Amino acid sequence: MIRVQLEDFDVGAELERLTAGNHRIGGIASFIGLVRDMGGSDPVSALTLEHYPGMTERKLADIEAEAHKRWPLDAALVIHRYGRLEPGDRIVLVATASPHREAALAACNFLIDWLKTEAPFWKSEETPTGERWVAARAEDKAARERWTSPFQGTR
Amino acid sequence: MKLLYFAWLRARVGCAEEEVALPPQVQDVAGLLDWLRARSDGHAEALRNLGLVRVAVNQDYVGLAHPVREGDEVALFPPVTGG
Repeated sequence: MIRVQLEDFDVGAELERLTAGNHRIGGIASFIGLVRDMGGSDPVSALTLEHYPGMTERKLADIEAEAHKRWPLDAALVIHRYGRLEPGDRIVLVATASPHREAALAACNFLIDWLKTEAPFWKSEETPTGERWVAARAEDKAARERWTSPFQGTR
Repeated sequence: MKLLYFAWLRARVGCAEEEVALPPQVQDVAGLLDWLRARSDGHAEALRNLGLVRVAVNQDYVGLAHPVREGDEVALFPPVTGG
């Protein structure tokens, strides 16, 4: 399941809902991305996330389908926010559930790595010297490349 | 054709969206970018470094050789920074 929304989410309630009634699930892995108060060496007072409505949902659905193809997951959830957020605010939740932890942990890692390089979101930071667009990081691209091999899944 | 611009590309081009009529010589993404550069200084500045421009046609990532035609939705934006 994927959701793109302005409003915050309740992590506990989302995880509860993800596995409700499915007792095959033995573990949930989750990643929660938060707004940091530093961008490089500059303090950041807020950031605004812009996205491409339509393509965002489509790419997130593709990424989720790919995770289901690679690992035996019983459930997966990606929630990504947009709009203006302040340090400490939640940006993204990725959660995966599976009978065993290996698949859940690997798929969660895969989903956040792919999302960071494929989903059309852009961050603009508010700093003491003005607003600036965040540049893509080479580390994120490298993290994404780790998963391009067809041997990375456990299926 | 509908053109969409996001993040700093939108700021440099000066609009989020524009409707253009393609001249017949524009057949692919590379041709479209060349043609767009001549539209205004803002377009030229936004599309100066293609290493920083991603292109999606009808909401799928494509390369420079991908065909474009009337009726397509073409989005131009910098490398993504979500998550």
